[in-house]
Amino acid sequence: MSVTPFLVLSGLLFSIGAMGVLVRRNAIVVFMCVELMLNASNLAFVTFARQHGNLDGQIAAFFVMVVAAAEVVVGLAIIMTIFRTRRSASVDDASLLKY
Amino acid sequence: MANSVSWLYLIIAIPAASAAVLLLSGKAADAWGHLLGTGASLASFVVAMLAFVKLLGGEASSESAMSLHQELFSWIEVGGFDVTFGLLFDRLSGLFVLLITGVGSLIHIYSIGYMAHDERRRRFFAQLNLFVAAMLMLVLADDYLTLFLGWEGVGLASYLLIGFFQQRTSAAVAAKKAFVVNRVGDMGMALSVMLMFATFGTSTFEGVDSGMEQVSSGTATALGLLLLLAACGKSAQVPLQSWLLDAMEGPTPVSALIHAATMVTAGVYLVTRSSFVYEQTELASTAVVIVGLVTLLWGAIIGCAKDDIKKGLAGSTMSQIGYMMLAAGIGPAAYSFAIFHLLTHGFFKANLFLGAGSVMHAMNDEVDMRRYGALRAVMPITFVTFACGYLAIIGFPGFSGFWSKDKIIEAAFAENVVVGLGALLGAGITAVYMTRMMIMTFISERRWAKEAHPHESSPVMTVPLMVLAVASVFGGVLLFNDWIGNWLEPVVGEGEHHELPLGLTELALTIMVAVVVLIGAGIAVRMYQRDSIATVPSADVSPLTTAARRDLYGDAFNEVALMRPGQSLTRGLVVFDNRGIDGAVNGVAAMVGGSSGRIRRWQSGFVRAYALSMLGGSALVVLALVAVRLA
Amino acid sequence: MIAFWILAPLMVVCALGMVVVRKAVHSALLLAVVMVGLAVLYAAQDAPFLFAVQIIVYTGAVLMLFLFVLMLVGVDTSDSMVETLPGQRVAAIVLGVLFAGLLVVAVSQATYGAAFGLEAANADGNVPGVAQLLFSKYVFAFEVTSALLITAALGAMLLAHRERLTPKATQRDMALQRMRDYAERGVHPGPLPSPGMLARHNSVDTPALLPDGTPSELSISRVMRAHGTVRDVSHDRLIAAEVESDTKQLGPSRTQDRQDEAGER
Repeated sequence: MSVTPFLVLSGLLFSIGAMGVLVRRNAIVVFMCVELMLNASNLAFVTFARQHGNLDGQIAAFFVMVVAAAEVVVGLAIIMTIFRTRRSASVDDASLLKY
Repeated sequence: MANSVSWLYLIIAIPAASAAVLLLSGKAADAWGHLLGTGASLASFVVAMLAFVKLLGGEASSESAMSLHQELFSWIEVGGFDVTFGLLFDRLSGLFVLLITGVGSLIHIYSIGYMAHDERRRRFFAQLNLFVAAMLMLVLADDYLTLFLGWEGVGLASYLLIGFFQQRTSAAVAAKKAFVVNRVGDMGMALSVMLMFATFGTSTFEGVDSGMEQVSSGTATALGLLLLLAACGKSAQVPLQSWLLDAMEGPTPVSALIHAATMVTAGVYLVTRSSFVYEQTELASTAVVIVGLVTLLWGAIIGCAKDDIKKGLAGSTMSQIGYMMLAAGIGPAAYSFAIFHLLTHGFFKANLFLGAGSVMHAMNDEVDMRRYGALRAVMPITFVTFACGYLAIIGFPGFSGFWSKDKIIEAAFAENVVVGLGALLGAGITAVYMTRMMIMTFISERRWAKEAHPHESSPVMTVPLMVLAVASVFGGVLLFNDWIGNWLEPVVGEGEHHELPLGLTELALTIMVAVVVLIGAGIAVRMYQRDSIATVPSADVSPLTTAARRDLYGDAFNEVALMRPGQSLTRGLVVFDNRGIDGAVNGVAAMVGGSSGRIRRWQSGFVRAYALSMLGGSALVVLALVAVRLA
Repeated sequence: MIAFWILAPLMVVCALGMVVVRKAVHSALLLAVVMVGLAVLYAAQDAPFLFAVQIIVYTGAVLMLFLFVLMLVGVDTSDSMVETLPGQRVAAIVLGVLFAGLLVVAVSQATYGAAFGLEAANADGNVPGVAQLLFSKYVFAFEVTSALLITAALGAMLLAHRERLTPKATQRDMALQRMRDYAERGVHPGPLPSPGMLARHNSVDTPALLPDGTPSELSISRVMRAHGTVRDVSHDRLIAAEVESDTKQLGPSRTQDRQDEAGER
């Protein structure tokens, strides 16, 4: 099995996730798109592990998963807190950092 | 070289120190300042006399009879350009030093009385001493650069003294004008020093002298013309003559000392000292002659139309220096006559100016001759001394001016008939305006203003007048046995004797000159003594008179040819600076400000927009990496 | 490889769908599909441990966490698809396409050679191999991630904590409040009937009848009432009233027949 198709798929998923971050306004959906990007990179890691013939790529993917999990926990807690005070989960509402 | 003495510097140092003391001590010195100043000038004269006696007493043609010198210190040592500050008291500079200190001391004494009512008298004496010190440095220098130092110093002193009456705007303007016009001449001086350094590697007199033989005629001509330019500025010769008449705004002793006897003769000194330069270039010498000829006629014509007694004398000065330049330009045959005329002119012009000052003092500082008249009876001493000066200047036989001017006219004829005729004509016009002046001031009927109560001046003013009158009468003794020619020969070279044209003998020429002078005096008597003089100048006059009243349109020409274009240039540059350069700089600032104002709208505050920028940036990075890979 | 060519287009479509659909819950479900697909691809590439971890941790825990938060925030809320920032959508699409193109070009330009394969690395099995690396070469990172997880948990607890604005109501306060409500508004002070006691039917849209025959408001969920999907039980009421009057007229045996009749409906 050649490595290129997997990497192309990984690239495509990453770009779709990036596009989603830019287009969606709901904070939770944006977060999900970020997760998609992380997953895409995981795929690339695993593919390269197979390419190089050692398990370091899989270890990296494992650590990415752990950190992503921790990040999701804290991120969602933040979103909920913001939702409680503002009653809105739109990312466009936090726009005070402007000229 | 020559005899080295250790006390030459005192000649310059005493007046310089006195000037410093008088300037720094402030009001405390007001009581005795004038005495210190006069004393310093006299002390300098005594030292100069000692040096001169030493020169006189030395064995003929031995070194000690040629010159005394003193090297003071190494002044400039820059990349091969070494200038030592040294003093040279030789036969030429010795005469000048005596003239400066002698006549200068007399004028100092005169000023004690003349400036008695002025509260800034101490400062006047300080500036006068400063002038004397600078002028002495000019003539005692053994190097063109040191000479230039004194040159600039007298320019400064002249500026200060012309503008002495600070409250008068006209005085300030006149001082500025004198300085600016002199600057043009100074440019010539500076360029000549630079050229000397570039050509000879040195600017000392000996250095240039020894190198002149080998130099190309182009360089020699350039040097000669540049030095001529410098001389024109300092001596108020055409084309840089416009400042001299305005300089009469200064107090009369200043006019006497600086603008008659000494500073304005510095140009003649320079040309004479640079005889080794002019020897090598026919073109520059001829230029000097032409300048002298034009100026002597120019000054004389202007002098005829001036009602201001001082301006009339200023025009006369311009004309007489024209004679000196003419003689200096002719060459070794006439250098000594130029210096001789310079000395006699120093005596009688100072005499005339101080006499005019005495008259002004008596007439409440009135300068308009149309308000004088019949002062002969009221101020006898002034009248007699003034008359001595008058007879000397017109060249009455026997007086000093007769001897010196005749010799110049003779040399002019020997050089060229046209030049000789011009000099002759000048002598005639001199007689016209000087007789006019005498008649209008002393002889004609009185036209005084109501408040005028003229009286003779105090002895402190009349005694110097008498001394100078004696010198004006007996100054011709210097020509006895051609003493002055022999005296100056080692410095300026021996002149070949030309035959006078048209088979004239010297005696015939002398008679011709005397006749011309008589005719001139007669014309003036006819115009001014027979008909009464109006107190207001008439408007219905010939074009020549109108032109002469306006200084032969010298100022107008300067204005049109130089001032207005200069002003337009300045205005243009200012506009360019404001719009162009400032515009460019401010434009850049405005552009930065404007573009930053527009770019900052990018900070919209929306996270998604920032995320867009981030994605864009990372896309660029990846693009760069891929491009490098593909290339 | 077959698995790849089936799953890859499916995953791309689902990812695109995730970005595009209006309701957030649909996005979450589509993401779940993508993640499961990824897990299968891990399995296909000799990474069985990651296959399991992906499904258990990522899909099972992380995505469910997303769904819980969605429920708390509001499942019904749907994003308006109108773009508020001018030019954002166009720029996003352009950049996204450009980025994808760049990555594809970059990846395809590189020459990889033959894949080594993981047979040697997985000689003792994938899990022992991973464990061997994890606890020797990456043990420090492992320990640090444990600290990270603890921190994350603490952080979440801190962030989700709600400060009490009013003091907690004690049992005495609740009892007093109950009495007050009865005094002022006639609310029944006793406990509610146990579930099912007054129910007439076991469907949630049928209201229970109170002893006096009126339907109980408390037995129907507020949402259903708001939606208007509550069954009409006025017919029940009448039958119940009939039963009562019949019972008075007929007597015990007749009453039993009638009761059977009424009960068997």
